Amino acid sequence: MSKDDWKSVPQIASSEITPESVWLNRRNLMKAAAAGAGMTAVGETIAQPKALKDLAFKTPAENTSFKATEDLTPYEAATTYNNFYEFGTDKSDPARYADAMTTDPWEITVGGLVNKPGKLHLEDILSGFDLEERIYRFRCVEAWSMVVPWIGFPLSKLLDRFEPKAEGKFIEFKTLYRRSEMRGTRSFTSIIDWPYREGLRMDEAMHPLTLMTVGLYGKTLPNQSGAPLRLIVPWKYGFKNIKSIVEINVTDRQPKTSWQDLAPQEYGFYANVNPEVSHPRWSQAWERRLPSSLFNPNRLRTQMFNGYADQVADLYQGMDLARYY
Amino acid sequence: MPATIDDDAAPFLPGPPTSWNPAIRVLVFLTCLVPLLLLVNAVATNSMGPDPAEHLMHVTGEWVMRFLVLVLLATPLARYGWPRLARYRRMLGLYVWFYATLHLLVFAQVYIGWSGEQLVEELADRPYVLVGFVAWLILVPLGITSARVIRKKMGKYWRQLHKLTYVVAILGWLHLLWLSRSDVGDAVFYGIIFGLLLGYRVVGSLRSGLR
Repeated sequence: MSKDDWKSVPQIASSEITPESVWLNRRNLMKAAAAGAGMTAVGETIAQPKALKDLAFKTPAENTSFKATEDLTPYEAATTYNNFYEFGTDKSDPARYADAMTTDPWEITVGGLVNKPGKLHLEDILSGFDLEERIYRFRCVEAWSMVVPWIGFPLSKLLDRFEPKAEGKFIEFKTLYRRSEMRGTRSFTSIIDWPYREGLRMDEAMHPLTLMTVGLYGKTLPNQSGAPLRLIVPWKYGFKNIKSIVEINVTDRQPKTSWQDLAPQEYGFYANVNPEVSHPRWSQAWERRLPSSLFNPNRLRTQMFNGYADQVADLYQGMDLARYY
Repeated sequence: MPATIDDDAAPFLPGPPTSWNPAIRVLVFLTCLVPLLLLVNAVATNSMGPDPAEHLMHVTGEWVMRFLVLVLLATPLARYGWPRLARYRRMLGLYVWFYATLHLLVFAQVYIGWSGEQLVEELADRPYVLVGFVAWLILVPLGITSARVIRKKMGKYWRQLHKLTYVVAILGWLHLLWLSRSDVGDAVFYGIIFGLLLGYRVVGSLRSGLR
């Protein structure tokens, strides 16, 4: 890995960004070299990362909350440093093992308190909505952060198709749980109750910033980033942004969510980025904007609602955010 | 009943320290430095991925735990068939301190940016940080009193003081347990090892107390 790979990249149009194929070729070359060194038998298959597809999308308007102005986190960093515990708890595990997950065919069941329950398939997701790019800050509860050009469509547009009923107050999401393809779920010391679950309040789900995400950096999502469909809610901690969604339900009560279930004193249902609410593991007042290094840790002060207070603060008016963390 | 190991001059050692094979000693010393060299290389070539902070904390912490296991294992192993190991307890113990100090320095540099105010916040708000810090504080007198001159002067008190190594192990384990989020594998692993080693010592001292 050369030094330059981890430098933040100034914002440029996605079309000018190094094509995926270059990156893939580099990976394949490395794999080929490794295979040669190990005298791999002819015909032995090496797990190939699936080819990512180019997406057609609208770019975000300048000077809006849809386009953060900070330098982008490089593709390489954003797709090799991930939390996706279904594939292991190490940050490099998802990039290493998520290729085992089958994402085509893919089916998403939408149900609960909706007038038209039904299913979405991979094709519907990729071609059934007008895609747009959103450049958002991404703040993990572990006190690191990135800036990523996502591609997707507002969650509200998806929900509208299934017509939530008036009594629907919350949305529940579930990640794929397929033990044979997800080595992390087979760990016998793991204490997560799979499948991974997340949830939003209806007004949060309908907010224009809330994005159903199908791609990043101009292409479809690689598996480690939550292919083929994931949630991005930029004013909340990263774990709210559930990956590889297979089920969406509209409910009338607050859904159980995985991290809150596991450690309610640490992870709340809301999980809004809030530098004033302390956490027993990590200071939430500061963050390391990646890429960071030993001698230049790139520490920044964390902003209220991750810098989206103007857009979302009124959703929580009158709420004690120290209690509803 | 095997002989008691009091210190480097335990009865089963064939001769005074000067008879140790210096080549092996240097080799062990250098081997224990390998993790540091790998980290220095990783920093120099920037090959730790986009967040070296987490990686460095993780790796230095892991080596503290491994050296703790080695230093606590040395005594029973020395007693049952590998007496020369007892001579390396001092070095291994100092390496526990060394890697713990690196762990703390990385924390200061990348997590709190050398801010005293933030250190206070970390200690007050995060019990696992407090526990780790206390463990490091205990290592300071243990490290200093491992100098031979001081050790001789301390006489029997030296052994009593150095039983704190077990307290360090328990605190280190608590630190690890509190850090476990969804997978308690590491905490279980070290819990079993420390449990067996501590159990061995407790049973041993109970027996000698009964005699």
